[in-house]
Formats: sequence, structure tokens, C-alpha cells
Amino acid sequence: MTDSKYFTTTKKGEIFELKAELNSDKKEKKKEAVKKVIASMTVGKDVSALFPDVVNCMQTDNLELKKLVYLYLMNYAKSQPDMAIMAVNTFVKDCEDPNPLIRALAVRTMGCIRVDKITEYLCEPLRKCLKDEDPYVRKTAAVCVAKLHDINAQLVEDQGFLDTLKDLISDSNPMVVANAVAALSEIAESHPSSNLLDLNPQSINKLLTALNECTEWGQIFILDCLANYMPKDDREAQSICERVTPRLSHANSAVVLSAVKVLMKFMEMLSKDLDYYGTLLKKLAPPLVTLLSAEPELQYVALRNINLIVQKRPEILKHEMKVFFVKYNDPIYVKLEKLDIMIRLASQANIAQVLAELKEYATEVDVDFVRKAVRAIGRCAIKVEQSAERCVSTLLDLIQTKVNYVVQEAIVVIKDIFRKYPNKYESVIATLCENLDSLDEPEARAAMIWIVGEYAERIDNADELLESFLEGFHDESTQVQLQLLTAIVKLFLKKPTETQELVQQVLSLATQDSDNPDLRDRGYIYWRLLSTDPVAAKEVVLAEKPLISEETDLIEPTLLDELICYIGTLASVYHKPPSAFVEGSRGVVHKSLPPRTGSSESAESPEAAPSAGQAAEQPAVIPAQGDLLGDLLNLDLGPPVSGPPLAASSVQMGAVDLLGGGLDSLLRSDVGGSPAMGGGGGFAAPGPAVPASMGAPLGSGLGDLFDLTGGVGTLSGSYVAPKSVWLPAMKAKGLEISGTFSRQVGSISMDLVLTNKALQVMSDFAIQFNRNSFGLAPAAPLQVHAPLAPNQSVEISLPLNTVGSVMKMDPLNNLQVAVKNNIDVFYFSTLYPLHILFVEDGKMERQMFLATWKDIPNENEAQFQIKDCSLSADAVSSKLQGSNIFTIAKRNVEGQDMLYQSLKLTNGIWVLAELRIQPNNPTFTLSLKCRAPEVSQHVYQAYDTILKN
Amino acid sequence: MIGGLFIYNHKGEVLISRVYRDDIGRNAVDAFRVNVIHARQQNVNAAMVFEFLYKMCDVMTAYFGKISEENIKNNFVLIYELLDEILDFGYPQNSETGALKTFITQQGIKSQTKEEQSQITSQVTGQIGWRREGIKYRRNELFLDVLESVNLLMSPQGQVLSAHVSGRVVMKSYLSGMPECKFGMNDKIVIEKQGKGTADETGKSELGSGKQSIAIDDCTFHQCVRLSKFDSERSISFIPPDGEFELMRYRTTKDIILPFRVIPLVREVGRTKLEVKVVIKSNFKPSLLAQKIEVRIPTPLNTSGVQVICMKGKAKYKASENAIVWKIKRMAGMKESQISAEIELLPTNDKKKWARPPISMNFEVPFAPSGLKVRYLKVFEPKLNYSDHDVIKWSSSTFREHRPGPSTQIERPCGSPWERTCLPVLGFHPRRS
Repeated sequence: MTDSKYFTTTKKGEIFELKAELNSDKKEKKKEAVKKVIASMTVGKDVSALFPDVVNCMQTDNLELKKLVYLYLMNYAKSQPDMAIMAVNTFVKDCEDPNPLIRALAVRTMGCIRVDKITEYLCEPLRKCLKDEDPYVRKTAAVCVAKLHDINAQLVEDQGFLDTLKDLISDSNPMVVANAVAALSEIAESHPSSNLLDLNPQSINKLLTALNECTEWGQIFILDCLANYMPKDDREAQSICERVTPRLSHANSAVVLSAVKVLMKFMEMLSKDLDYYGTLLKKLAPPLVTLLSAEPELQYVALRNINLIVQKRPEILKHEMKVFFVKYNDPIYVKLEKLDIMIRLASQANIAQVLAELKEYATEVDVDFVRKAVRAIGRCAIKVEQSAERCVSTLLDLIQTKVNYVVQEAIVVIKDIFRKYPNKYESVIATLCENLDSLDEPEARAAMIWIVGEYAERIDNADELLESFLEGFHDESTQVQLQLLTAIVKLFLKKPTETQELVQQVLSLATQDSDNPDLRDRGYIYWRLLSTDPVAAKEVVLAEKPLISEETDLIEPTLLDELICYIGTLASVYHKPPSAFVEGSRGVVHKSLPPRTGSSESAESPEAAPSAGQAAEQPAVIPAQGDLLGDLLNLDLGPPVSGPPLAASSVQMGAVDLLGGGLDSLLRSDVGGSPAMGGGGGFAAPGPAVPASMGAPLGSGLGDLFDLTGGVGTLSGSYVAPKSVWLPAMKAKGLEISGTFSRQVGSISMDLVLTNKALQVMSDFAIQFNRNSFGLAPAAPLQVHAPLAPNQSVEISLPLNTVGSVMKMDPLNNLQVAVKNNIDVFYFSTLYPLHILFVEDGKMERQMFLATWKDIPNENEAQFQIKDCSLSADAVSSKLQGSNIFTIAKRNVEGQDMLYQSLKLTNGIWVLAELRIQPNNPTFTLSLKCRAPEVSQHVYQAYDTILKN
Repeated sequence: MIGGLFIYNHKGEVLISRVYRDDIGRNAVDAFRVNVIHARQQNVNAAMVFEFLYKMCDVMTAYFGKISEENIKNNFVLIYELLDEILDFGYPQNSETGALKTFITQQGIKSQTKEEQSQITSQVTGQIGWRREGIKYRRNELFLDVLESVNLLMSPQGQVLSAHVSGRVVMKSYLSGMPECKFGMNDKIVIEKQGKGTADETGKSELGSGKQSIAIDDCTFHQCVRLSKFDSERSISFIPPDGEFELMRYRTTKDIILPFRVIPLVREVGRTKLEVKVVIKSNFKPSLLAQKIEVRIPTPLNTSGVQVICMKGKAKYKASENAIVWKIKRMAGMKESQISAEIELLPTNDKKKWARPPISMNFEVPFAPSGLKVRYLKVFEPKLNYSDHDVIKWSSSTFREHRPGPSTQIERPCGSPWERTCLPVLGFHPRRS
């Protein structure tokens, strides 16, 4: 008998023919026809039109035919709910059938039909089946409760099915128990608060008994459920562990991993002094090793989990290094993961073996693998200090092979080794320099440049080397450009006399010829630093860098603890908590290890991170590309360089004698060691000449820098959002308008960019606002001096006042604008940030504040959360003050800072605020009180915007 | 849990699609071109999913043989029926073929008696889900094979850096009723417990004769074995499934007997020629015989021709397998044999390196490299009481205690010199000599 013929029917009129066959009197023909229908369904054809005909075949005593019809029903019932009801009677009847297989089949299928009307009829049969005399029917009914819960949770609760399901945990049949556990666990997952799986020592005992008797899959359900139980003390934990350990010898790796999960979790509760603790540790290693002889996919899952276990309890596998040596026929994903574990297990005791092995790998065929092997050698050097020298010499050997990607990878890791052991291995620099020309990957080039810059004083021809990179500056990737800029500045600070020209060259390349804001910003900062205070520059640029350590690539302890609770699951494979990849509400509950009850906490080895999380000493994590200045630059230089071009002419002017004074002072301080002195008048800073804030902390100096680039030397610059497109060209016959709002020294303006994207010239521009909530209106006509030619744009700052007509808008800050030109009139609307309306005299008297706060009824108070803000209270105050939100008082209550603030809108509405800042909590709480509570939401948004920019 | 299961052909067309959960649509197919597991609604047990997929393959193979597109299409109704039975709402149920075959037959169930029905259901859900009741054989037989493979890592100087044996005990049982079996081997822990074997247990024993007891690093068992009993008493007791199954897997690392030594020599003659010489030495008592020896010597991918000369057995270059295969029917202990080959290479600019697979060997020897010995295998059927005739028959002719099955010795070179081009350096050619 071959069924493949059913896959080949593609002729026309097929549905019609099938219909006829389905209604045939002959049983065999009917069955053939149903098979054809199922085959069509499988390959994705729509055969839903045959619904009534197929359902007619349902009443049969041929089990095979019945199953096929049921399969069809499950697929199409949802699209044909009314017709599906026709099947109900048969289902109900089948649930009463003397044959348990048919009863189970009916209840199983009914649960899969997700149609409300059918669900109603399901309740009674399900209730009977849950108490059926036959275990096969009961185990099927147990799962059916979970199905029904998925469709209609309320119904399941109302009908009391959950209680029946709980009773099944004490069933005499192990498979019924296992399925009941699976169903309850799933239901409990969507009701995290409920006490559904109310596990107690009695029910645990029943589960442990069933564990010995049920199928391998049932064992997994039970073990996964046990892992969620919290034993009341260490004795209970131990007795559960004792009954779970035999599972470690199961041939099914999933059973083994689930058992490992239970043991890893409950071990937290065992004292390390206990003999049993040591026994358990010893018992865990062999099964983990055995998992490595499973099929490759399972090996991968096991390895990802071992990676976690090794980080959590390194003592378990510390003697098993050899089993992670790669086999020549391992798939690449297994090889890479083994390599990772090898590094984690590397210690002084086994480092020689590991290195020999890694060196072998570096000559393998697979490029990815070779790269990772070379990188691993570097990581060993950083991890095991005693081996550093051997690692470096191994890396040098590898560089001698001249295999391009090996050389590049080696240089990248040698850079890290330099970061860990400064002034120790610089003798190898000469060898590295020989390979300069062969480097074509950005990361390797950047690493090499970093090395040259960092050790410029010991490399005679450092300037030549760096200069050679400079030639193709614009073709380099950003990473290399940034590194080159920093390296040349370092070089200049170390050898100022010979390299003046070079540094000027790189600064002008970075600031004038580059479109990359990061590069430009860094260029300007160096430029300004060098020209303002070369001594400070030296302190900043050549500052001592913190050492890097092995911990950089360890998983953060709290996450690690959570992942241990997910051993065997996808989360443990991704090394991410389920909330990071699961949609919806499931899996959002964070699992955590039981609290440690061990008595010998102090005797604990330093490697084993205590589970509490906070107690763990968190080493400073330094980014691999770690460059202090780089980090500094990433801090919070909020306002992107916006709008007006950076006054190019003045920059060029400045460049002429840029370093005149700087060089002098640098030389002087070098020679005479004179104290820091200002750059004086000898040279011009880039940008318009504005007195630099000498002696101010670097942070505020940078702030100034940005005020400068903004072109206006105002002190009260409230935050200006970057321009966004308000009116796209498509909607306005080629006119594109983008803009933003700003407030400076009491005047509001609308900064616009008009771009002509049409083919004809535009002229005769005019602008008008609709009535709005705060009476915003143009204070002057829109002045576009010359007609706007195609592909040109013009920037206009339109001053606004607040004396226009008022009409409450929804949302409150909505502004409708009409712009006219010679072509047409266009309308658009935009939302303005409320802080442009915060006036300068918004600081309330203290007494007045208290009185007003009491006076405003409590229902007018609104509370908001400002998330992910890491500023200190003082920084917050000064930042908000820039936007006319004034701090009236600051109090410290129980370690948290309370800021009391006020602000006033242009129309005279006062808003009072209380801002609560807790230490180490990036979420601030903002309470606002105002007589016109509708503004609160917008004030909160203003706060949020200002604080985050 | 498992939301849906799809079977594709090599073109990516769906042959079988069975959806268990609402969150899986037909378009999930696209996601599965890239992922095997794809999570949306739940953090599924990944290990379980993979184990299940392998199990599903076993079940299909047991039902219709090789898993091919044609076979899948031919049996699609059966596959749907199986999928309906062994996965419910994505939760794996009983997946033992022994049990499944009692009621998923594709023959249409003949009207069973009530007793038969309840026997089926209690078996599917019961403690012994892998075996049905009422099996009858005229002659009760039990076959046992020990299959071991030795993995070896050697230094350039020929020193063994690490070696381990991974072994499997495979059984074929054709027994009536519900037999209780008990399997015993020379497990060190058991022997010491019994107070035996301490006298002459020096760790080193005569070549090939095996040891009194062996230290087993770890073992895993088929689900029929009572694990808690093994944990407490270290005894292996079980009611076997019918037919062939893998009773246990084990791993040993201590005192491994290497039945053979393999010594390869490779010489490069110009850019297009290689001379390879491989010597094998048997390393066990002269009175014992190794059989069905097969040595596989990998050759570079750009091999154009091979000339082989061997003193013993037959050797052939198999281009499709990129290897020289050398077969020897039998070889006594403490003997040696050698093969020489001249490999012609095509000049190539191909930068792609050759992965240098290791030399591997297959053979049968009358002892296990790990030293494992079967001490006893007891069978007890409470109701049927096999006749003496049965048991004797079984123990004498089919219980092959002294003839463990084929062993494999895979020897991985620790390293080899690798010049710029893809030179075929084979086996354990010394790294630095």
C-alpha cells in the first residue's frame, strides 16, 4: 500500500470529485477520499469547502478513518465554527464509548478544537473522563484541562477542573501523575500569583514515587516541576536530592539535565561542611561528561549548560579539562562551545595542556575556529598570570606562520595582554610592527594603532608608522579612525617636538573633513584640550588605565543564578532570561535560587560567587576597546550637533596657529615642570572665541563646547530636540519642512529648515498658526530672502510669542500650522515640548511653595516614573534649571534625595513638583501638583526629555 | 511545549505538518528553515525537544524503515496517527515502539475484546510501557554484544596523552512473558563490595587477559533499568523490551588495553607525490586472534592516484571516501604488518586546507579494551518458568561473554607539522622530530 499517490492530485475539479467520493456508499472509497483530503491539507491547499462532507464520515467504527476526520476537524473547525457544531454530537457520544481508546481520542480531539460553542459541550465529557476508570483516558483528560485553560481560563476555574487536576497528582498511575503535573505547571505559569502547584512534603513524596515509574518524558515534567519547589530546610533538600540522583544515569539527556537542574538548585541550601555536599559534587561530574557523547545537537545544549555550571560551581568539572578537547569530526558549533569551556576551566594546574591544545587548533582548517582558538590563548594569558609569558610566546610563534587571519587575531589579543600586564611584554612590539602591512581587518588595524600610540616613546619610528595609516584616513572604518586620532594625540603628548604637523593633520582630518559626529566630537575635544591646557590634556589622554581582567566575559552573577534555574531550556542555550525572548506574559516570572543556608560562608572559595548576588564582588568591567577617553566621550554629551554648520571659517582660522601656545606650554611644563597654566591669549580655540571656563571640571567644559557649536553664547539654553520632519515633501508638492522648538533667554522660536525637493523654484513663503492651547503665534512674518531653488534648503529661526488666540487642543500641546508658497497652501500639525513655555521667573518662594502644595487638592496630584536615569540629585537640579525648572529645596530622607521644584508656564499656571531619587535606583518618582492637572502629563514628558538628553 | 512539528523534504517543501498550539501558523515554516527550535510563547525544554526528535526518528524507522521522502509520503497517514498519539498538546507521551505497535497498526483495529483494550491502555500508561504482555517464543534467546570504541590522543613522541573507551552493551531479547533480567559485570565497586578480587588486584595484568575488575567512570541506562536500584545496590535489573535495544553505555579511562599500535610515516616527494607507510602491531597475547581488521587511512582531497603494497590482507584506494581501506581477516597477538602507499597529487592552487582526519581502525578482539567482562546475566520469569533447555541453550550458544563485538580504535593525532600547502600528514606523524 503506498499513500504517496495522494500527494500528486493536482488536476482541476478535484474538490468536486472529492466531494462525490466522500459521499460514496463504499467504505473503502470514503477512506481513500479522506486520505486525499488530508494530503492536500498537508501541502497547504485549502480544502475547507469539503467540511460538511468530511464531517459526515465521522460516524464510523473504523478507528483509522475516525482519526483522519478528527485531524481534518482540528485544522478547519476554527474557520468554520458553525459547521463544527455538527460534530459535537459524535464527540459526546464517543466520550461514552466502551473502548477507552475511543473515549480518549474524542476528549483529546475536542480539546484541540478551539471553538467556543464546542468548548461548552466539552465540560461534561471532560469531567467524566477525568474520573474515568481507565488510566489512558485520565492521562489524556489531564492534558485536556490545560488545553481548555488555554482557550477559556475562567471556564476551567468555574467548573472546578483545577481541583480535579490537583487530585490527579495522587493518582495511582504514574503517567496520569506526570501529565497532571505538566498541565498544572503550564496553568500555573500563566497565573504566577496563584497557589496552584501547592507543593508540600506529602505531594513531593508522591511525585518522587511517580518519578521512578513513569516514562522518560514524564520524568522530565516531574523534575522540571520539582525544580520550582522550595524545600523548607536543608534536610528536606538533601532527601529530595538523594531521590533525584539516580536519574543522572538515565539514557535520555533531557532527564539528566533536568535532574542536574534540581540538584544545582537545591545544593544552594546544603551546607558545604556536609559530607553529602561533597558526595553530590562528585556525582555531578560524570553524567555531565557523558552528555558529550550524545548526538551533536544535544551535545550543544549540554555544552551551553555546562558553560553555566562551570561558572556557577567551577569545582565540579575542574579535573575534567580533557573531555572538552575537540574531536576532529565535531560540528563547528560544538567545537566553538568546547573552546569556551576550556578557557573557563583553565588554571595553573592544566594550562600547559590547554595551551598545547589551543596551539594545535590554531593550525586547523576552519577559519572561525582558528580565530577563536587564537583569542582563547589571549584569554588564558589574562586569566592565568603564570602562563602569560608562555601565551605570548605561543602567539609570537603563530604570528611567524604569517597566516593572515591568525596574525590579525593574535595582534588583537596581544593588545589585551598589554592592558593586563603593562610594561612587561613590550619587547614583542618590533615583531608586531613587521606585520603592519598585512593587516586588513579594522579590529586588527585599530589594535596595532593602539599599541603604537600607547608605546610611542619606545618605538623610534612611531610617527612614520602612524603617518602611513593617515594617508588613507577617509577610507578607514570609524574604529580605526578614532584609534588613529587618539594614538596620534598620545604620540604628540609624548614627543611634541617632532609630531606637531602630524597632530594638526589628524585633527583637521577629523574635525573638518569627516561627516562622522563621533570622530568630529573627539577631534574637537582633543583640539580644545590641547589648546587650552596641555598639561590637563596629558593627564586625561595619558591617564593610567584600569587593568582588564578575566571577569569581563563572565555572566553577571544575578543573571547566572537565574539561568541555573532554567537548565535544559532554551533560556540556558541562549544565555538569556525567558523574558528576553518569550512573547506575552508567560515566563515573565523571574526564578531565583533558594537563599544560601551554608554555615561556612567565610570559608567559601573566592571563585564560587555567593548566590545572594549583591554580596558578590563585582569586578569593574572594562570594554575591550577600553580607552578612557573613549569612555568619557560616550558619557552624556547629549545634544547632537544640530543645525548650523560648525562655523567652518573660524575653525580654519583657528587652525593656523592652533598649537602655538599649546606647544609652548607643553614644552615648558615638560622641561621646567612649571605648574599648569592657561593657554593664555596666544592662540585661538576652535569655534567662536568665547572665554573658556578654565579650571572648571571637564564635564562642564564639554558642555560649553557644545554651547559654542550651537553658535549662541547663552547660559540659559534649554534642551532642544533634534529637528524632525514635520511635512514630508510627498505631501507638499516637493516642499519639505523639518524643525524643532527652542527657548533661549526668554524667547521662544521655531527653528525650521525648508527644503525644495521639487523641480521648480519656490517663493512667496508665509506661515500661520491655528488657535492653540497656549496662544502660540509667530512674532514676525516668515522671512525667506531669496527664492528657494530646487534641491536647496534654507534655515530659518521664526520667533514666537504667546499672545495669539487660545483654544484648548487635544492633545494639549498640539499645534496646527499652515505654510503657503507660490505653489499651494500646506497644512501640518506638530507637538511642541512643554518646556519651551517654562518661564524664567518660575522660582517660587519657599513659604509660598509649602502653602500652595497644601492648598492644591490631593486629587490634582499625579505621579510618574522616570526610568533609566542615572544622574545625581545635583546634576538633576542643574540640568532642570537650564530649562527653567527651579529647585526650591532639597532634603535627604532615609537615604533618598527629595527635590522640591516649581515652574511657571507662559500663561501663568504654576506647577509644583516633588522628585524622589533613590541611590542606585535609576528610576525616579515624580509627583506633580497643579491647579490645571491636564498639563501634568506634558510636564512629566518635558522632565523626561530634559533629564535624558 | 512543542507547538508544532513539521517534516520537510530537501527542497523545503512541507511533507508533514502537525500543529499542537495556537501560536504556530503555517508561516512558522519559514522560521524553521533557520531554526530547529523557535520559541515564542514558552521557554521550552530544549534538551527534551531534541531528545524527542531523535526518538521520533527511531519510532518512524521502527515502523517503516529508512526515513526518506518517499517513505514519508507513503506513510503519511501512519505518521499523523503516531504524532497524534505520542504528542498531546505538545507534551511527549509514551513513545516506545513496543507499546505503540500494539494499537497503531494501520490495519484497522479489529474489534478487540474489553480485556484486550484495557491491556493496551494499562500497558501504554503503566510502569513497563516498553513491553507488551503475552509475548511468546518457542525458543527463548538472549544475545548480548559489547561494542567499544577507543579514543586516543597521542603526543608527537608517541606517548598516550589521553585515552578513553566508550562502550555500549546491546541486547537482542527474544523471550516470552515478562522476564526479570539481572546483568552483572566486573565493576570495581561491586567486586570490592563483595570482598573479592583484592588479592591480585594490582591494576596491571597480563596483556589481553583482562583485569579482575574495572573502574567505570560513568554509565547510562535504557529506561527499562531500575535506576534507584542501581544507585543503591549498583545492580542492573530490568524487564527488557522485545527485540534489539541498547541496555547501557559506559565510559572508562583507567588502564585501557590498546589492542593495536599504529605507526604512520609520511614523506613528501616533491609537490605532487607522497609516500605513506603505516605499520600496525598487535598488542595482546599471541594465543588470541583479532578478526575483521579494517584500517582506514585518509588521503588528501587532490589525490589523483594511489599505488598500494601490503604484506597481509587486501588494500584499496576508495576515491569516493578519500581513503585507503586496508582489510585483514585475522591477526594473532604480538604480530606486525605493514602497508606502503604512493599517493599522486594533482597540483592545486586551492587554498582550502584538508582537515587531516585521523587514521581509524575497526576490529573484533576476544577481549574488551576497557577490560569489561560480563560476569552473569540471569533471567527469571515468574509465571512461565523457562525450561532448562531454554536457559542452557541461551547461555551456551548466544551469550558471547568471551567474544565482545567489534571495537573501534580512533586515534587522533595530537599534532603534526603543517607546511604552507596542504600536505597530507597522517595519523600520528610526530610533530617535532
